[in-house]
Order: sequence, then C-alpha cells, then structure tokens
Amino acid sequence: MAFVRLEQTALAYPTRDGDVLALDNADLAIQAGEFTAVVGPSGCGKSTLMRLVTGLRRPTRGHVIVDGREVVGPLKFVGMAFQNATLLPWRTVLDNLLLPLEIVEPHRSNLRRRRREYVAKAEHLLETVGLARFGRKYPWELSGGMQQRVSLCRALIHEPKLLMLDEPFAALDAFTREELWCVLRDLWQEQRFTVILVTHDLREATFLADSIHVMSARPGRILHRHEIDLPRPRDLEICYDQRFVDIVHTLRQQIKGVRQR
Amino acid sequence: MTRTWWIERLAPWVFTLGLFLVWEVSCHVFDVPRFVLPPPSLVFQEMWYFRSAIWNNSLVTLWTTLAGFFMAVVFGLILGIAVGWSRTIYAALYPVMVGFNAIPKVAVVPILVLWFGIGEVPAILTAFLISFFPIVVNVATGLATMEPEMEDVLRALGAKKMDIMLKVGIPRSLPYFFASLKVAITLAFVGSVVSETVAANRGIGHMLLAAQANFEVPLVFGGLIALAVLGIGMYAIFAVLERRMTGWAFRSGLNNA
Ligand SMILES: Nc1ncnc2c1ncn2[C@@H]1O[C@H](COP(=O)(O)OP(=O)(O)O)[C@@H](O)[C@H]1O
Ligand SMILES: [Mg+2]
Repeated sequence: MAFVRLEQTALAYPTRDGDVLALDNADLAIQAGEFTAVVGPSGCGKSTLMRLVTGLRRPTRGHVIVDGREVVGPLKFVGMAFQNATLLPWRTVLDNLLLPLEIVEPHRSNLRRRRREYVAKAEHLLETVGLARFGRKYPWELSGGMQQRVSLCRALIHEPKLLMLDEPFAALDAFTREELWCVLRDLWQEQRFTVILVTHDLREATFLADSIHVMSARPGRILHRHEIDLPRPRDLEICYDQRFVDIVHTLRQQIKGVRQR
Repeated sequence: MTRTWWIERLAPWVFTLGLFLVWEVSCHVFDVPRFVLPPPSLVFQEMWYFRSAIWNNSLVTLWTTLAGFFMAVVFGLILGIAVGWSRTIYAALYPVMVGFNAIPKVAVVPILVLWFGIGEVPAILTAFLISFFPIVVNVATGLATMEPEMEDVLRALGAKKMDIMLKVGIPRSLPYFFASLKVAITLAFVGSVVSETVAANRGIGHMLLAAQANFEVPLVFGGLIALAVLGIGMYAIFAVLERRMTGWAFRSGLNNA
C-alpha cells in the first residue's frame, strides 16, 4: 500500500477577497522508499501540497493518508528543508543539527543521557555531506551551499521516514546545485527514506527521482505521473544521455501546455 | 593602531571641547548677560560649588529612573511575549496600547500626584509608563517576524507552541529586546526628570526648578550638564550590554538570516 496518498484532496485558503482554491482534486500515491518529484508552474500549489502531506494544513475536501492513517494534525516525524536554509544564527552548526532531537521523541527524553552519541551522529552526518569539522562554526560563517547542506542534515538527523523538500536548491548557483544533487542522491541511496521533492528544475527532478508528478496551473491537480527508470546509481553524466534529454523535453512540453491554458 | 583609528577615537572629544569653547568665547564676545546664558567656565565653577547637592540629587534621579525602568523591563517582557504569542491577544491589546502610548505622559503626572502625593513614586511610575511601550513592541516584533518556514520545520517534527517559543521565538527576539533597552532607559530618564520638575522635592528635575526660581542660572545649566552625563552613561551601559549579549545578530544580520 502507498506510504503517502492523496485522494480527491482540495484546499482553499480563506483570504479577504474570498477563498483561493490552491489545490483541487489532487490524487497521488507514493510508495515507501520512493523518491518522487513534483513539478509545476509557480503558484500552482506545490508548497500547499507539502503543507497538506505534513498535516500543517487540513484539506478542505478529500483525504490525506500517510503510513496508513488519515492525517488530522501535524505529523511528528517529518524532515523538511526549504529554499532558505532557516538555520538559527545563534546556534553553532552542530547545535542546529541537534535541534530536531530536542523535539522528536524518543530522542527528546534521551538527549541528556545520550548527548555524546547524538553529537557523534551529527558529526558523522556532516562528514557525509562534506562538512567534517564545520560543527563548531556558526551558520553565517558558511556559504549558501554549505548552509543548505546543513539544512539537509538537520532534516535527516532523526532518521525520518519522510523527507519533504520545497525547492531546496533553487537559490544556489548551478555548480553548487549539481554538487548538492549528488549529496542528496548519496544520502537517499544509503538510507532509503521516502522523499517528496518540489522543484521547478526539470533536470533536477529527472536526475534525482524515481517518479515525477506534473501539476496543472492553479487550482493544482496532478496531471501526469512519469516513472523515471534510468539506471541507478546515476552519475551527472547521465544528464547528457538521450533518454534523460527526452524525459526533460517531454516534461517541458507538458508544463508549457499547462501554462498556456 | 592606525591614524584613522586615532582620528575616529578623538573626533567626538575634539568636537565636544570645541562646542564648549565656542560657547565660552561667544558669551564674552557678545557680552551675553549671565542670567541668560552663563559661560561654561562659570557653569563648571558653580557645579563644583554645589557638587554635593548635584551628586545627591543625581542619585535620587538615578534611582527613580532605574526603578521605573526595571518595572518596565519585567512588564514589557511579559506583555511583549503575550502579544507575540497569540494573534488574539495581539488583536485585543494592541489598540489599547497604542492609544495609551499616544497620551503624553506629562499629562498623567497630576493624576499620579493625586494618588501617591509628591515624591519619588510619581517619578518612578512616570519612568515606567513612558518606557515600557518600546520594550513591548520590540519583543513582540521579534516574535512576530519569525520565518514561517522555521515554524513549519519544527511543527512537522511535533513541536508545541511552547517549544517553538523557547527554541526559536525568544532567542530570536533577544536582539530586539536589548535594542529596546537603550531606547527605554533614555525614555525612563525623561519620564523621571519630567515628573520631578512637576511633583518632587528631590532629584535633578526638582533641583533645576529650584535653581531657576532663585535665578541661579549657572546651576540650571549645571543641572542640565549633569543630566547629559547621566543619560550618556546609562545609554552607553545598555549599548555595551546589547553588543555583549547578541553579537550573533550583528554578525549574521538578522534580517537576512
Ligand atoms: N497562506 C495563504 N493564504 C492565501 N493564499 C495562499 C496562501 N498560501 C498560498 N496561497 C495561494 O495559493 C496558491 C498556491 O500557492 P503555493 O502552494 O505556495 O504555490 P507554489 O509553491 O506552487 O508556488 C498561490 O496562488 C498562492 O497565492
Ligand atoms: Mg512554493
């Protein structure tokens, strides 16, 4: 059974000039351990979809089901990362990483006793993203790409079953972005959590994901689902593979169609 | 140390000395009567002569200012956190607070005198009333400008409102809080002196008024200089405290953090 499921889900935001229907009749099914990407024109309700899945918002209509249960309030285990790294500037990198463990049970109760263990784990995670020995630095001492790596680590420190990424690499330069694709690829290859990656970068989606969902313009619906069966592990070279180029091309056509309607 | 460093260090002193010099020279050149504007030499002479009176009254003013200020800190923090905590409390309290803040506090002094009599209590309360508002506003602003994404990250981990406040909101609003202390201490000082000039029998404000009544014009100016020294001192203390407590905000630039 699917790990994340949306069934005829709709969400309207109440505003001063009446309700804005952001998402309408969205259907979606994502398997446990699947890496899925959601692409669509801006303002089509991608971030809204994230808020629904994590339970930060209740749907106006329809159902949101995660791990076999209807979502009625914020889930308590999801790792999230956004376009801005949202690190706390008064905490060192290491202390930023420990923040989720100060919240999520059972770590929260164990933090005092097992602190040494958690610190070691955080340091190991930093090492895997290429930031060994940056633990004692403050976020402002890091470049944007480094901050985003820390943000990824923070989303993963408590080993979540679900990782939600909302355009996490959108603010980075092209080189740093591709570096971080590989970082994320390796983390996922190793831990196999379920990922929902929102992005407007079609190459990013194709490179990283098992499946890609294309959304319509607002009110957002899921229009297409593509299975990306490019072999894994993938190398950046694959971006020049004809199959890769064809997928990106198809996606581009579909998004273009959506925008013109 | 470089030359520019020295120049920057010395510039304020040179400027201040220059100001006094211009004042002194103008008084002599234009032959300004002493009861209009006494020259600084005379003012300092007079200050030395009345040093114990100035010292004692300064202590009184300092005490009333600080007492009112600390009340404002406690009250302002509590109210600021409450207002920043919930939109409902914000909606309920904000109009009243803005209205209250709009009243010139001098207008409140007569009522305070009516209730508490002439003395230190009205001065303390005026200092309190005038200085708590900026603290409330700053603390509430610090809480309200928290990035929504940060809140989402924590809520998706199961954080309660209290967790979010303790881990993010309150540390985040500390720079705003310490910045407001500089403003608040200055305002508290204004409040206590204003109240003293209207309704007190001690304090610099009262001394100023008494000196004026006796045509002790140099002492009036002496009182003003004492006030300036006190004000600068208190401001400096809180400016240093701000730097010490929230260095990260200066280095990271809170707005783009
Ligand atoms: N809190 C909100 N209140 C009102 N309207 C909103 C709110 N959040 C998003 N919207 C509207 O809903 C639509 C979808 O927003 P969003 O999910 O953020 O889009 P995307 O992330 O795909 O760019 C947009 O038109 C946006 O203006
Ligand atoms: Mg968005």
